Amino acid sequence: MLSSEDMPRQVKSRHAALPGDFAIWIFIFAELAMFGVFFMVFAITRTLDYRVFEASQRTLDRSLGAIDTAVLITGSYAVVRAVYAIRRGVARACTRWLAVAIGLGGTFLFLKMYEFHQDALQGITLSTNTFYMFYLSLMFLHFMHVLMAMIILGVVAWKAHAGYYSAIDHAGVETAASFWHMVDLIWIILFILVYVLH
Amino acid sequence: MQFKSQAVAKPYFIAALGLFIGQIILGLLAGFEYINGTALFPYLHFNMARMSHTNLLVVWLLMSFMGAAYFVVPDEAQTELYSPKLALATFWIFLIAGALTILGYLTMSYSHLAAATYNALWPTMGRGYLEQPLPTKIGIVLVMLAFLFNLTMTIIRGRKTTIGVLLVASMWGVALLYLPAFYFPVDTVKDSYSWWWIVHGWVEGDWELVPASLVGYIMLKTTGVDREVVDKWIYIIGAMAFMSGFLGIGHHYYYIGAPAYWLWIGSIFSALEPVPFLLLIVFAFTTIRNRRRDHPNKAALLWVQGETIMAFLGAGVLGFIITLAPVQYYAHGTNLTAAHGHLAFFGAYVMISLATISYAMPILRGREANSIAAQRWEMTGFWVMCVSMLVIASALAAAGLVTIFLQRYTANPLPFMEVQQKEAVFFWIREIAGLGFFTGLLIYLRSFFVKGGYNYAAYAQQAMSTR
Repeated sequence: MLSSEDMPRQVKSRHAALPGDFAIWIFIFAELAMFGVFFMVFAITRTLDYRVFEASQRTLDRSLGAIDTAVLITGSYAVVRAVYAIRRGVARACTRWLAVAIGLGGTFLFLKMYEFHQDALQGITLSTNTFYMFYLSLMFLHFMHVLMAMIILGVVAWKAHAGYYSAIDHAGVETAASFWHMVDLIWIILFILVYVLH
Repeated sequence: MQFKSQAVAKPYFIAALGLFIGQIILGLLAGFEYINGTALFPYLHFNMARMSHTNLLVVWLLMSFMGAAYFVVPDEAQTELYSPKLALATFWIFLIAGALTILGYLTMSYSHLAAATYNALWPTMGRGYLEQPLPTKIGIVLVMLAFLFNLTMTIIRGRKTTIGVLLVASMWGVALLYLPAFYFPVDTVKDSYSWWWIVHGWVEGDWELVPASLVGYIMLKTTGVDREVVDKWIYIIGAMAFMSGFLGIGHHYYYIGAPAYWLWIGSIFSALEPVPFLLLIVFAFTTIRNRRRDHPNKAALLWVQGETIMAFLGAGVLGFIITLAPVQYYAHGTNLTAAHGHLAFFGAYVMISLATISYAMPILRGREANSIAAQRWEMTGFWVMCVSMLVIASALAAAGLVTIFLQRYTANPLPFMEVQQKEAVFFWIREIAGLGFFTGLLIYLRSFFVKGGYNYAAYAQQAMSTR
């Protein structure tokens, strides 16, 4: 546990720098750049091919998209609780909250697979039209990122369980949390861009 | 040299440089055939010269990567190589098979070679980069498997570092991505589709891990920077290279009969392909600036810095210029692609090979660095080769642009041969710059014959006098 003398220094360092390992921030920047390019191309193509996009977007299940969003945001809440738990040095609570987040990630993947299945039943493929090309590739790309984030959280949860982290040394948890939040952030933009904006 | 078995790298490096000379000579001959198409007829057909030029490139790069892996992996794993004898045996098999194949290309007609090597049993010959007869292809797979077995066992037995594991993983990728060479469907679309996975899958995805880990290794050895820092850099660079390259390869699927979504996916992901090269520059230059010691091998550091810049220019910038689908619609198959191919292969892979040889060879010859005189020869060779290659790439790019504007992007397209004649001046510039490159290579090779190792006293004196 933290002694009272350690406290101010800890608090200071926490606010002075980005949480987690600096390398993950370069990675996050690169990931956001990649999705950013996709979003821009999506927006430009949409203006050029407005009717097709409009008609295809109406076929999407917005309430399912809203549930997806709620699931991922709740996952983010669990990740935040896990970081707070380890900052207080409570590894057990940290592991538990991470497990909740992984579970919610799994739920998201399940819902997405259901949507992919529905699309497949309707015969929708990458070649159906430009909208579906973007829709399916963005969804798949994000799907893989959620999977990746779950794997990272899984490794960190296992390490937290095994006692690798403490109130002073828990950069690993913050690193994993940063990645997860990025994946969540991308989904929020995706949901608005693809499902909501008409 | 810390481990005796690292010495097996030496014959690989020497053979690689020997094949490099052969590659350049054949390149000069092929380049001359652009100027005078019948000068070498019937002794050397253009397609044979070109094929030998590209095949030798791939073979010597593989040779040098193998040498690099045999040098680096024992050092990283902190243990002797699992079997130095196996490494030497595969060296001779690879070299003799490679030499016989090239001799076959140059002395027989291709159809006779195909008949003599039983191509009819399992047809695989005839595609670019994969012209090798079936026995050579099988030989390549066996040599790669023996090589991978040797390295993997070494890593399993020793320390598992990021650099070592990444290097061996990329070599596994080389072997796996070579397997489509045995798949030769009748459908030409399927054929093209899988063909791109081999050499282009290597250079755009898998091989990019090689410069990432080798630049990391040389930085670690020469600058005294923390391993932890190097590891993070090469993780990020490796991940970015793989992510962008894996789908960026979609730019080869434009207009070959593949689905139209590749126009988008290929364009978007290949637009990201310069990112890892940019990160490589930042990594090398910040690490050298923050170095904790001055390594006497200045030539090796020059090669590494040059590698990152030239790779970014050739693979990153020139690649990006031609990669977007609407551009590629006009640029496809022109000399603009050849410009990119030359500068990218040289910048990304030739230079990392020469950087590794530059760092490792003095150590393999029992000294930390070569004498100042030898390094001066080597660095002169570096500059002559780099400048010549930039001129070659510029001349080819100019020729490519002429093709696009006179033959394609115009209301009144001219016939192919007429356009070629208008480009003659650029082919002359390319050929002269090619001779310049060959001179640079000879100057570089001269550095190996300057006797003596690094003399610290002379260095200190020189440093004092220049200060």
